[in-house]
Amino acid sequence: MLRDGYDVVVIGAGLVGGAIAYGLARAGQQVAVLDEEDATYRASRGNFGLVWVQGKGVGRPEYALWSRASSERWFELSDALAGDCGLAPCYERPGGVIAALSDEELSELDSMLSGLKGSVGNAGYEYEMLDAARVRKLLPACGPEVVGGAYCPYDGHANPLKLMRGLHASLAAYGADYLTGARAGDIRALDGGGFDIRTGRGTITADKVVIAAGHGSKALGAMVGLDVPVHPEHGQIVVTERAEPLLDHPTLGVRQTDEGSFLLGASQEDRGFDTSVLARTSRDIAHRAVRVFPCLAALRVVRTWGALRVMTPDGFPIYDQSKTHPGAFVFTCHSGVTLAANHALEVSRWVIEGKIPEGMSCFATDRFDVPQAA
Amino acid sequence: MFRRLPDPADTIELDFEGTIFEACEGDSVAAALLANGVLVFRTTPVSGAPRGPWCLIGNCHECLVEIDGEPNRQACVVEVKPGMRVRRQRGVRAIPQ
Repeated sequence: MLRDGYDVVVIGAGLVGGAIAYGLARAGQQVAVLDEEDATYRASRGNFGLVWVQGKGVGRPEYALWSRASSERWFELSDALAGDCGLAPCYERPGGVIAALSDEELSELDSMLSGLKGSVGNAGYEYEMLDAARVRKLLPACGPEVVGGAYCPYDGHANPLKLMRGLHASLAAYGADYLTGARAGDIRALDGGGFDIRTGRGTITADKVVIAAGHGSKALGAMVGLDVPVHPEHGQIVVTERAEPLLDHPTLGVRQTDEGSFLLGASQEDRGFDTSVLARTSRDIAHRAVRVFPCLAALRVVRTWGALRVMTPDGFPIYDQSKTHPGAFVFTCHSGVTLAANHALEVSRWVIEGKIPEGMSCFATDRFDVPQAA
Repeated sequence: MFRRLPDPADTIELDFEGTIFEACEGDSVAAALLANGVLVFRTTPVSGAPRGPWCLIGNCHECLVEIDGEPNRQACVVEVKPGMRVRRQRGVRAIPQ
């Protein structure tokens, strides 16, 4: 049974929309969450499951700190979900490793991380460059081609499917209305405030509207005066059979899940809205994984899939409130797992307060309004 | 629980956990074990729950067994061979280093 009016309608029920809606519902807001159909592009069901900080934020130190803050808050999110619905997303934060397979890779890694450390200034940025022997000590399974690497204590991983399920189960427990098959077709600002959102399941009225619709955010943003320049970036993942515990740390390209599978990733290709799996991409992913951890060659591949990252021109999130339609927000990013804790525990507060903090203005859409050079 | 149709093919023998089972040529390992009354093929890696074949067409991975020392084989898509040694897949497989 739908309500006459909601405090907030969240358009998008993936990890971004789900986390923000969860934070809102937890704070006592009346929330409706709109979802589309099964065949929708669902980045939230295709991701790798890293809660990753290392290397993020080059050219945008705020993003490095934002990612790191989320990896710290993730413990709170995990506990909150376990308490609200009994389902923990299996978060671990043992620190992550990027393995280098050549001296060039190693020196690139070194200059990237020292640059990041310099850019965040007094906030600090812990990491350690590793020689081959140190990598081997952390990850004894790594092979002779690994020449070194980097370790960052902020990195971890979680089970993204359990996170998704936990968010939805907790939303239900707080009485939020989840509407599937409710594609938002139109957002109309009402005289005197609030919005009507026309959906496949009728029109829903709310004081505020949050657009967290991934690739759909572009069209929805345009309805409330927000220019949301997102585009798809294809990523592919290869999954092996379950096996005994081998890796004590996640790495950027290989992680072992809480249930024993190895996830191998992740590619970056421009293929428009094509989500298909290419054998040559799987081959390249598996080839690199086996160069890093040769013993993985003994395992069978049981699944592969492709999914579309929600990418912005500079790779950083978009967090904005419409100037022409106050009360309409857009939140989108490609790191729905890493940033889930921030989205649930902090971004939801911005919506309630009706204001995005000054310090976050670097993630607003006007950063893309650069006049073209003649 | 399962009974063979009449007109069986030639029989062969395989070793299941040290016991000699009779199977028919052309059987999948899963069919041979089921025909011999085996319902539990494996225990799961996470909870240790007992599992047996479900889809029988290579999709569900519930019928995993160890065949001739190789872990996590799908019993429903492997054909029996004379003298084959089959064991239950107990929990998670090892990774040879």
